[in-house]
Amino acid sequence: MDDLDAAFSALADPTRRAILARLANGEATVNELAEPFEMTQPAISQHLKVLEDAGLIVRRVEGTKRPRRLAKAGIEAMDQWLAMLRKALETNYDRLDEVLAGMEKNKEGKKKGKKR
Amino acid sequence: MSKLTLKTEGDTHVIVTRRFAAPPEAVYRAHTEPKLIQKWLLGPEGWTMPVCINDAKAGGKFRYEWKNGKGAGFHITGEFLELEPYNRIVHVERMHLPDPTPDNHIETLFEADGAGTLMTMRMTLPDGKTRAAMLATGMERGMEASYVRLEGML
Repeated sequence: MDDLDAAFSALADPTRRAILARLANGEATVNELAEPFEMTQPAISQHLKVLEDAGLIVRRVEGTKRPRRLAKAGIEAMDQWLAMLRKALETNYDRLDEVLAGMEKNKEGKKKGKKR
Repeated sequence: MSKLTLKTEGDTHVIVTRRFAAPPEAVYRAHTEPKLIQKWLLGPEGWTMPVCINDAKAGGKFRYEWKNGKGAGFHITGEFLELEPYNRIVHVERMHLPDPTPDNHIETLFEADGAGTLMTMRMTLPDGKTRAAMLATGMERGMEASYVRLEGML
């Protein structure tokens, strides 16, 4: 439960979700991760620490670099997150189903009206 | 079984497919006529689209604005590149949050599938980083409700 709580509070921040999404494309250094966000390196490092503490990412030592990649829990979190994204889109499309049903009914109603 | 699929392809694409019980003509109209768009393209509960202006022709512009009634809101602007009633829409769009995000190029196909329609949306982002940021922040508004539900379950 504690792990899950940490994982979800880590995921509650859009920058951290974006970092995870970036790491889903493969390993990246802090500089590479900082680039798209117009954030300072220390700010990104702070986000990385939260993700690391939550067990979502791991670091590797390569000379002076510390490239990060997704941990197993991070991969699972990404899967869950994509599932949530699907669900959010589905909310819109469920509404569209109703709109379409309404359009069909309207059309039938008009046809009937003409016959009379 | 979910009727929707969402997957990434290569470094820069996001592909969404969804089946509908209505014919392509109706689904296409629901994607191009403001009065219909305003009924469903709303995101989480509580959000509305008070502004929905579009000029549905090649080169035409559009602007959609959302509000949650609690002071939060954002809008997207875009241009239609190609419109083939009732089969295909090609457009570009960007979100203003309030700074504009990089352009998302979207091709939407509506294919007859039995008595219904198979819709396929193919989004192309400028690069992998932009796609990651789009998935994370651009679509985040649609996810708020899901997060709240999920947090309630934990």
